[in-house]
Amino acid sequence: MQFMLLFSRQGKLRLQKWYVPLSDKEKKKITRELVQTVLARKPKMCSFLEWRDLKIVYKRYASLYFCCAIEDQDNELITLEIIHRYVELLDKYFGSVCELDIIFNFEKAYFILDEFLLGGEAQETSKKNVLKAIEQADLLQENLDFQIRLFPGVLGPNVSAESSGLFQS
Amino acid sequence: MALKIVKGSIDRMFDKNLQDLVRGIRNHKEDEAKYISTCIDEIKQELKQDNIAVKANAVCKLTYLQMLGYDVSWAAFNIVEVMSSSKFTYKRIGYLAASQCFHEGTDVIMLTTNQIRKDLSSPNQYDTGVALTGLSCFVTPDLARDLANDIMTLMSHTKPYIRKKAVLIMYKVFLKYPESLRPAFPRLKEKLEDPDPGVQSAAVNVICELARRNPKNYLSLAPLFFKLMTSSTNNWVLIKIIKLFGALTPLEPRLGKKLIEPLTNLIHSTSAMSLLYECVNTVIAVLISLSSGMPNHSASIQLCVQKLRILIEDSDQNLKYLGLLAMSKILKTHPKSVQSHKDLILQCLDDKDESIRLRALDLLYGMVSKKNLMEIVKKLMLHVDKAEGTTYRDELQHTCNTKLCNCSTLILLRYISILVELTRLEGTRHGHLIASQMLDVAIRVKAIRAFAVAQMAMLLDNAHLLTGNMQRNGICEVLYAAAWICGEFSEHLEDPNQTLEAMLRPKVATLPGHIQAVYVQNAAKLFATVLRKHEGATDSQAAQETSQLLVERLPLFVQSANLEVQERASCILQLVKYIQKLQQKDVEVAEEVSALFAGELNPVAPKAQKKVPVPEGLDLDAWINEPPSESESEDEKPKAVFAKEETKHSRPRHTEVDEKELARRREARKQEQANNPFYIKSSPSSQKVYQDAPGVEHIPVVQIDLSVPLKVPGMPMSDQYLKLEEERRQKEKAEKKKKEKKKKREKHGKGKKHDSGPESEEDITPAHHVDIVTEEMPENALPSDDDDKDPNDPHKVYDIQGNLQDGSQVVVSVIFENKSDSFLKSMEFNVLDSLNSKLQRPEGAGPHDGLVVPFQLPPGVSNEARFIFSVQSIVMPQKLKGTLTFIVKSEDSSTHEKLDFKLHFTCTSYLITTPCYSDAYAKLLESGDLKSSSLRLEGVNMPFHHLLARICFHHHFSVVERIDSCASMYSRSIQGHHVCLLVKTADQTVSIDAKCDEPSLLGNVLDEIKQTFSQC
Repeated sequence: MQFMLLFSRQGKLRLQKWYVPLSDKEKKKITRELVQTVLARKPKMCSFLEWRDLKIVYKRYASLYFCCAIEDQDNELITLEIIHRYVELLDKYFGSVCELDIIFNFEKAYFILDEFLLGGEAQETSKKNVLKAIEQADLLQENLDFQIRLFPGVLGPNVSAESSGLFQS
Repeated sequence: MALKIVKGSIDRMFDKNLQDLVRGIRNHKEDEAKYISTCIDEIKQELKQDNIAVKANAVCKLTYLQMLGYDVSWAAFNIVEVMSSSKFTYKRIGYLAASQCFHEGTDVIMLTTNQIRKDLSSPNQYDTGVALTGLSCFVTPDLARDLANDIMTLMSHTKPYIRKKAVLIMYKVFLKYPESLRPAFPRLKEKLEDPDPGVQSAAVNVICELARRNPKNYLSLAPLFFKLMTSSTNNWVLIKIIKLFGALTPLEPRLGKKLIEPLTNLIHSTSAMSLLYECVNTVIAVLISLSSGMPNHSASIQLCVQKLRILIEDSDQNLKYLGLLAMSKILKTHPKSVQSHKDLILQCLDDKDESIRLRALDLLYGMVSKKNLMEIVKKLMLHVDKAEGTTYRDELQHTCNTKLCNCSTLILLRYISILVELTRLEGTRHGHLIASQMLDVAIRVKAIRAFAVAQMAMLLDNAHLLTGNMQRNGICEVLYAAAWICGEFSEHLEDPNQTLEAMLRPKVATLPGHIQAVYVQNAAKLFATVLRKHEGATDSQAAQETSQLLVERLPLFVQSANLEVQERASCILQLVKYIQKLQQKDVEVAEEVSALFAGELNPVAPKAQKKVPVPEGLDLDAWINEPPSESESEDEKPKAVFAKEETKHSRPRHTEVDEKELARRREARKQEQANNPFYIKSSPSSQKVYQDAPGVEHIPVVQIDLSVPLKVPGMPMSDQYLKLEEERRQKEKAEKKKKEKKKKREKHGKGKKHDSGPESEEDITPAHHVDIVTEEMPENALPSDDDDKDPNDPHKVYDIQGNLQDGSQVVVSVIFENKSDSFLKSMEFNVLDSLNSKLQRPEGAGPHDGLVVPFQLPPGVSNEARFIFSVQSIVMPQKLKGTLTFIVKSEDSSTHEKLDFKLHFTCTSYLITTPCYSDAYAKLLESGDLKSSSLRLEGVNMPFHHLLARICFHHHFSVVERIDSCASMYSRSIQGHHVCLLVKTADQTVSIDAKCDEPSLLGNVLDEIKQTFSQC
């Protein structure tokens, strides 16, 4: 896998993980282009598209798009599986995850991803093992500044979309 | 007090953690940038604190801002500080920030080496874990080199958690520091049999990725992987192993044979679609690489196709898409197996997902055969009508155009109507393609001409529908084909009168120039047909009405800004006026008029011209014809109008040739014009039509272009007018040469007396009249019968033309003509090379050796030899001195003689007439890479279009655009320099602004242009 992007339906980037060394400029360009391309696709279209010399695999969960770039020989279906597995991990960790969890705890989202994928390859296929590793690492954290689940009311517009569980739609 | 304030603000700063920042940004939607810049200022303050917790908090916020697109590279050192914290909480944040923000160019990375090494060997496995994770993102070649050993040690760590991370990161290390692969490989291989499945899977991952880059080093692992494949139940691992085998099989066919069975077993048994898909793909790859020697592989293919069918039938769009994708791979080697699922694929054309429709179309494109063509075409036509989405529609039309042809007559009938239907769709970009296909089919297949002509006549009649929107004028290219087909095969027209009327509507003048030109030319052809029809029915009234129609409508075209249209229209207008005069005297003219266009156009095989043997004594380089002299009046014969423009340039030199002979030759030339398929396609843009069309090799008329023996390639050969100009120029040149030589000969005291009166060159028509139907190769050519030479002139002539070939090789063809009464033999041609231009001599020959001319010359005979020169720089004109030595053999004696000559390579001769569209031209000028220069010519007294023609003919330019007395012109050198001219004229003064990427080339070309005009 070359990179993974999470972005909202409004085109806001929520998480990015690059497994290939690229300059910031290049990253921004790719992100902009891909977000546009993926958002322009109709809802009933398949999850794959050919883009430059890469294959893009994306899936939408509630208001959030998960988008991965893989190489020509890579398996699209297993990439979809990876995306799904990551969403499941987030869901287990946050407990019925929604976009707001990822926005406000974005470092946690990264930590989970890093336990699941390393250098673009799946390092642990067992969900249980990933969660165990994360929990134990969290225990080491001193001030368990545990995330206050935020009240949607104070967060302004669009919150209802962002606070809907990723697995609900 | 002050301390209190400071402390308070510190507290506040510390209070703003990541969540506060995120919330703050969300509450400042209106002035986000301003809010963030104050936040960054705060963060800068926080980073100055000694408290590591404050710093970590700041770095965490920066990581978030980095994702939003803000530059945080200035904080790289602070990130390193946080990474080095002894507390896991902060270390974790530091490494996360580093993995997001660092890249190979970050210079502080080299400061991290020792810190990372320390973390790697930390007793806490999570410290080691975050270090490995971070490193996987920002590893540089230096880090890889310095830390390779540490990571290798970790591959044998007691904790599987560390082992698997270490194994995975080794792949990144190998990429950055390949030297580490050799020492690490034995341990990596060991990990394939690690007791922990996670570590094992990581090792499979790494080896699979390595093998994809360089399969042959991993062949030896095949047995081990084979064992793993049959024992493993983890689909993730299986997919990787199967992928690895896919990379290995092309190197080892035996492996492929062995794989088929377990793979087919997996295909049968697995319920995981991802694994199934991987297996199918690998089986296809294996079968492709085996290609032969597998007797029972059809069963495997059948299985794959069956499984893919299930995928395609699935309601899941993703599976459908992948199924079609894999199907197209099978199609390449086993088209029959796929064709049997045509129904399913046709169904996919109805899918609501455009990407699936495109895939299906792609597949259909490859599936078409004679048998299923009709059905597929029918289905596609239904789709063209309702197709949504421009990409899809263009793709659809492209498929229709390019693939669905070349079959039987019946199909072609259908094909023509398809093409016609396609034109009805607005907004296609494939006008060129459709036009060339129409021409191709109509020219090649006699049986369908009548049908094609009827369809084309309809098109012409409804032309206003096509041209309604000039923005999308791609489709009006079709009219080019329609007009030509109707004109050329006008005998099939039901109502030529109506078509003629349609072709002369005022609206036609809005079409692009090259199409108008075809309209005008073919209107003349139609006119001939109509006349004959009316005279056959002795309906002189109707015939006169038709002439009147032309006389009324043609002046519109005479005013055209397009040179080509103008010229043709004025020729034809004069012709029609003359005919009208004859008609009023009740003279029957139809026969004569149709003689102008007599002869049938036949397709010629691409290599036909090459196969025609040059008959003995035929000199392909002699001129075809003398230019007619001014003394002939225009209306002397109706056919003379074709030479009208020509007469203005020619000089009355050839009075000795009797008028009858001249008339006969003119007749022959006009015949040829009518037959010459290029004649209608002379404008630069129309040539482009063919260059664009992919099926160019199917269009025989273009091919002949290469082998017509007039050796100035790149010139639009089709243009007879150009050709004559060129011939005239050559003649002048030859004449000059002749005079030089005469002088020399006289010095040698060898020359006989010659009369200074006018001379005639030989008059041989070239072997153009190749008569071929359906692309057979010609057995012979028809040489012209007149071969008369002027016996009075004892001198030899040669004519040198630069013939430009690819790169910087220049072929010079030299015509040797023996004008003496003696036999010439043992001719040797030698040139004194310059640093820049060298005669190419055979291998082994010295740099001063002459080249033997491969023929002897009996008295009065001429022949041509070609010599290749390599030219380094083309920006300067060149003069090369040379000598020809030969033996003169008369009845009683033989003497050795020599003749000196000079070869003049002008800069112009390095230019190739290259058509250029005005938008491409504008882009070129805008690019700013070109240097400019200019030229003024005073006292040029000629019409502007003659001036342009002159520049085109003498200097190989093409007109890009002409507006009133201003024209842009373009040419390209053999080394790819662009030369652009802007020519303006006012009161006998011509100003030329020129641009070229090579200033000295430009200067020389301009000098040469100046010279051309000073001579006239």
